[in-house]
Amino acid sequence: MSAAGAERTQSAAGADRTLCAAGAEPGVSAAVDAAPKPAAPPPRFTPAHLLTGFLGSGKTTLLRRMLSDPALAGAAVLINEFGEVGLDHDLLERIDETTVLLQSGCLCCTIRGELADAVRGLLDRRESGAIPAFDRLVIESTGLADPFPILSTLRADPIASQHFRIGATIATVDAVNGAAGLAHRAELRRQVAAADRIVLTKSDLVAPEAASALLARLAALNPAAVVRDAHDPACAPGWLIADADASPRDAVAPDHAHAHGVGAVAFAIEPQGAVDWTAFGVWLSMLLNRHGDGILRVKGILAIDGEDAPVAVHGVQRLVHAPTHMAAWPDGRRASRLVFIVEGIDPQAVRRSFACFVGGGRGVG
Amino acid sequence: MCALCGVLGVEDHWSDAVARPGVYTRNADPRARRAERARRIRAANRILAAWRLTLSDWQGRAYLLSTATGRTEVIETLAHLWPTAEALAGRPFDPLDPALQARIGP
Repeated sequence: MSAAGAERTQSAAGADRTLCAAGAEPGVSAAVDAAPKPAAPPPRFTPAHLLTGFLGSGKTTLLRRMLSDPALAGAAVLINEFGEVGLDHDLLERIDETTVLLQSGCLCCTIRGELADAVRGLLDRRESGAIPAFDRLVIESTGLADPFPILSTLRADPIASQHFRIGATIATVDAVNGAAGLAHRAELRRQVAAADRIVLTKSDLVAPEAASALLARLAALNPAAVVRDAHDPACAPGWLIADADASPRDAVAPDHAHAHGVGAVAFAIEPQGAVDWTAFGVWLSMLLNRHGDGILRVKGILAIDGEDAPVAVHGVQRLVHAPTHMAAWPDGRRASRLVFIVEGIDPQAVRRSFACFVGGGRGVG
Repeated sequence: MCALCGVLGVEDHWSDAVARPGVYTRNADPRARRAERARRIRAANRILAAWRLTLSDWQGRAYLLSTATGRTEVIETLAHLWPTAEALAGRPFDPLDPALQARIGP
């Protein structure tokens, strides 16, 4: 650790903590909280969390709060805006977006080069022992960032994908500007749609009724996420980084379709009986190929032939994560539920398409 | 390698995920993998037939996508199936299109 790279901070628990430099490549800022050092070796797939949110929505404040919690004692941090967490400026350089995007729209071509380089650099230094063996990564995006290229970089980069798994995505929405932002900023709608945890910030600056209304609106816009006020004691760092699929509430379907802002709609499909996994894969890949830009989110649980446990599916635009087994059915009821958040796409058309290509879909809403 | 852009190491499509703890895949053993590939080819061909394309297996490692006149492309995963199919057919495979749904049938 260089002297220039060290900064003393005061944790919420009262213990001094040292942030040490981890990102040595040009254009990359990174930090690893070095104390206390994790005793255990790093996990096979290190969880990587995206912290997103519109400009001025309180991402950095939330990041500071997260880093002061023991749950993130061994976390590495990548930041792509200058100086946001007050680390030494010599170590905080912007991660410029160097997106390689072919006209084919192929997912694997959408790779943010410097982010991939930064992540690889962290891995190299972890392997060599140059930095503490971080057990978690938090990536704080710029306020205008679309989450999709960031998540797809982690998923598509051949090295990052072998060392990281995508953990919960966290979005901040500020109570003062959030309602207007949802109506007018596509970036914010995409951030909210991609989130597993949505944190309402600055609610103390608005009337309680306005904060409650925005909380309800966010919950309706993204039924796949859990929404909490930043002042809620339950909005703890440990909850923010918990695996999204571990929570049964995450996949609860909405009672009806909700439209918000400029054409963002959440709706659910509840297939009857077991889902044909093969047909589902062929259909969803075809749907995302043609309409991936308008499908902000797909998330759900499926009952699949031959599988007692539910299988969780989770995607953001054209990126679909590896499906996972869940431990048990929410409510103990074996029932498939798929939640979509779309923009510019007719929910009924998606339902008809599911019924045609996969079969058994009963729409909700 | 991605056949469209040449990027290495992207063959881990979600529908054919590498087996690891907690992940649902039908890729865990050779027999299950072969069976799933056969099912996938049947399911895709039901749709591809609408625009006279055919998908077939190539040595258990890739797929051959062919037109009725014999033009053939090699693809590795479902991620590349639909862009390649659209290029070969010269028209979109849009699952929301009632015309395509009508060709597929119930």
